[in-house]
Amino acid sequence: MEEKEIELIEKKNKRKTTVRNTLLYILLTVWALVVLFPFYWMVLTSFKSYSSYNNEYIPKFYATDPTFANYGSAFTAVPLAKYFANTLLFTFATTALMLVVIILAAFAFARLKFKGKGIAFTILLSLMMIPNELVIITNYVTITSLGLRNTFTGLILPSVTSVFYIYLLKENFEMIPDELYKAAKVDGTSDLKYLLKVMVPISKPTIITITILKVIECWNSYVWPRLITDNKAYFLVSNGIQEIRESGFGRENIPAMMAAVVVISLPLIILFLVFRKKIMEGVSRGGTKG
Amino acid sequence: MKKDLKAWLFLIPAIAFLGVFMIYPLFDVLIYSFEQGFNFVSQSFAGYGFYNYRFVLSDPYFLQALKNTFILVIITVPVSTGLSLLISLGLTSIPKLKELYQTIYFLPYVTNTLAVGLVFMILFKKTAYSDGLINLMINAFGGSSVDFMDGPYWAKMMVTCIYTIWIVLPFKILILTSALSSVNPDYYKAARVDGTSRARIFWRITVPMISPMIFYLVITGFIGAFKAYSDEVALFGVDLNTAGMNTIVGYIYDMLYGNSGGYPSFASAAALILFVIVFAITCINLIVRKKLVYEG
Amino acid sequence: MKVVLEHLTKRFPNRNRKGDDVIAVNDFNFEIPDGKLIGLLGPSGCGKSTALNLICGLEKPSDGRIFFGDKDVTNLPPESRGVGMVFQNYALYPHLTVRQNILFPLQNLKGEDKLSKEEMEKRALEAAELVMLGELMERRPRELSGGQQQRVAIARALVKTPGILLMDEPLSNLDARLRLQTREEIRRIQLRTGITTIFVTHDQEEAMSISDEIIVMKDGVVHQIGAPQSVYDDPTDRFVAEFLGTPAINIFDGEIKGGNVLLGGDVIGHAAGVPGGEAVIGIRPEGFKIAEDGPMHCDLGRVEVMGRDTSIVFTHTSAQGKQLRAIVDATTVPATLRESAGAGSEGKVSFTVNPFKMYFFDKTTGERILPKGENR
Repeated sequence: MEEKEIELIEKKNKRKTTVRNTLLYILLTVWALVVLFPFYWMVLTSFKSYSSYNNEYIPKFYATDPTFANYGSAFTAVPLAKYFANTLLFTFATTALMLVVIILAAFAFARLKFKGKGIAFTILLSLMMIPNELVIITNYVTITSLGLRNTFTGLILPSVTSVFYIYLLKENFEMIPDELYKAAKVDGTSDLKYLLKVMVPISKPTIITITILKVIECWNSYVWPRLITDNKAYFLVSNGIQEIRESGFGRENIPAMMAAVVVISLPLIILFLVFRKKIMEGVSRGGTKG
Repeated sequence: MKKDLKAWLFLIPAIAFLGVFMIYPLFDVLIYSFEQGFNFVSQSFAGYGFYNYRFVLSDPYFLQALKNTFILVIITVPVSTGLSLLISLGLTSIPKLKELYQTIYFLPYVTNTLAVGLVFMILFKKTAYSDGLINLMINAFGGSSVDFMDGPYWAKMMVTCIYTIWIVLPFKILILTSALSSVNPDYYKAARVDGTSRARIFWRITVPMISPMIFYLVITGFIGAFKAYSDEVALFGVDLNTAGMNTIVGYIYDMLYGNSGGYPSFASAAALILFVIVFAITCINLIVRKKLVYEG
Repeated sequence: MKVVLEHLTKRFPNRNRKGDDVIAVNDFNFEIPDGKLIGLLGPSGCGKSTALNLICGLEKPSDGRIFFGDKDVTNLPPESRGVGMVFQNYALYPHLTVRQNILFPLQNLKGEDKLSKEEMEKRALEAAELVMLGELMERRPRELSGGQQQRVAIARALVKTPGILLMDEPLSNLDARLRLQTREEIRRIQLRTGITTIFVTHDQEEAMSISDEIIVMKDGVVHQIGAPQSVYDDPTDRFVAEFLGTPAINIFDGEIKGGNVLLGGDVIGHAAGVPGGEAVIGIRPEGFKIAEDGPMHCDLGRVEVMGRDTSIVFTHTSAQGKQLRAIVDATTVPATLRESAGAGSEGKVSFTVNPFKMYFFDKTTGERILPKGENR
């Protein structure tokens, strides 16, 4: 090959990579903007005053006259703080109860030997395929006939088990070597103490992942709370936002609506930014959406 | 035996909850779906039969919901899977800022569907004050405004698809990016030494290597899309039948509760129809998968 | 085809920005003759894989040039260089059969190089038969043993009849027995095809046993190039001496004075013409001979019977390592020695030292100290 020809190939290759990379960055940035834009728009709108928002035929990409008033009305015109507190309580109670239930069950499946374990586990696995929509009808009837509508008990109870998380935790427990269990038995440690003092601490990363995923799920849950509550005193944020949307601020006060949206989106976004690695790892290991 | 008893003791909470809220309902829903003329107040019914299924399958609202759901599935599953594959490919081949982009792309996953749906609504909505940002952009390119939220069916469907894709992409991008980065780089090196073209590397190496994950996404994507509901509520409000944008799941809930509610038997029949559809689609997927996917 | 490297250098920017660049390959300057099998040898992380990547074109050099024959290929992409490469983990495409794997490179050919289907099949079969895999064409890689996978990788690398074959640690994923077999197999294929082959390894025994020449490198720098035996017998510096040979060479702090080699006051040998002063002294394990009146007095550790030879582990006050080792003919080991070795630390052993198995190195630079007037 001639010197010139080689030079040409070299130049062409170099140009090709530069062009390709530049194009790639542009496309990725465009998508990043598509993702970020709704967030930007919601924050922006929440700082626009009611009148200036409605006067902008062509919406401005900045707030001419930023105001916190919308956040005030978000908390005063609708009981947003109450929704918030309800969601916190619901999320906390559901997650805590779930952890107890799944840790005990996962331990039994992972460590204990007992009659009927095989069949019990098979039933558990097959339950993973059951869609929520199929059982929610009866649950609605059950909770209603127990008189538990518009109570936290009714909200929480059907959400405390997760077949998938039992499975995930069981897999994790099983990776802890048998020798540890045998050693604990030799020392006369009880099963429960072994579970709490050895297995739970060792499996902490998985438990944290499960907790975070459950918190996200609880925070965003909409369908069940909608079915089971029609008293605003028991609304969660999702139902709250829907309520705001339907009858909200008396008139179509979009800036105030956006302020409410910002307020209820913020906790999860902060949680995400803090536990970014853990959440993404956990989701890729077993989270699904929808 | 004492040992067995102790083990079951650990399982009691799980069994109790699963029994009451998952296993019992499973049988119950089946019975409901065959009970004709169920009266919610008196808890009585006229007899057993297929009436509920016949009713649901001839209910125009259900047929509309069925149509909407199928369109949604057919559009969003391929588009979101393809788009996420492209984005993941891009993500894995840039040298810098990968983590930043990954973080941004994941954001929609952790947001409240209902809340962000409102933002989409105001972006697309045509009001007395303004045509909405999207319409203004369409105008800027010479098009004329479309009423996306209350206008023609295709416009409403388009907004729904866009929002659904926006919501489901983070999960898919995450899964595919980690699948792509777990492909041994030596395969690519070997291919480069052999002068393999980019397209050939993509189709003959990359795609087969990550095909199990692509298929996992297709299956979960189908299931998820068939269960679409809250995205539509976020955009069009609770009364989806009026908006003509109801989904199968929406139909189930409407039958159960709300203005048109109080018919658990119809809801059960609809839920079982949905289950059969999802089950059938999953089976088809699994059969196709056997033929197409390389199992490592 | 011969390979010529001229001032070949590869620098990687340091991870934390403040540090200096990492020089993975530093000023490589040598020629690999046509049709030879060359072992590129060095401890892990010494830059040998980078060197291989530079030669095959997966990496661009920071400086210097690479010639294949008379052609400058420095800036050519890998596919235009006509090289075949075998990867450490073989990089066989798991979803393709052996046949499809071997065909893969041929199917990439475009334009005037494009082959007919029959021609491709014929070439693939030839390559498979060369590595004796003709029977297994329809299997998937995971249905093959490690050794068979290795041979598929070689067949895939050779099917395009490249001018140069590159192998990155080709044997490291095989168990010990297969490794012996496979390295003979590689040698056989190389001799049969006459292809210039460069293979990277950290295993000195592997490199020495099949290479025509070995290149010993460390931290991106070539320390010595030569036929395996001559590199072993005549190491250019302390690193090469220590890196080659199992058991490793024994290292002492000593002194050279008036042509005598002093180790802790004892004169253990002569070094005519070697400039005097403190020096590091290396003695190969096979350079010792047990002699009751030998000049080198050591504390006996233990005696390990190996059959033909006996390995004697001992200590010496001037030694740099804790344990020293001598390999001696089993018949020369007196029975008393074996007994005293069992008796605890009281045992003593004395050696004479073979002067041709003894090397002197500069204390600071590690450079070999040679007798005046002698050049290598």
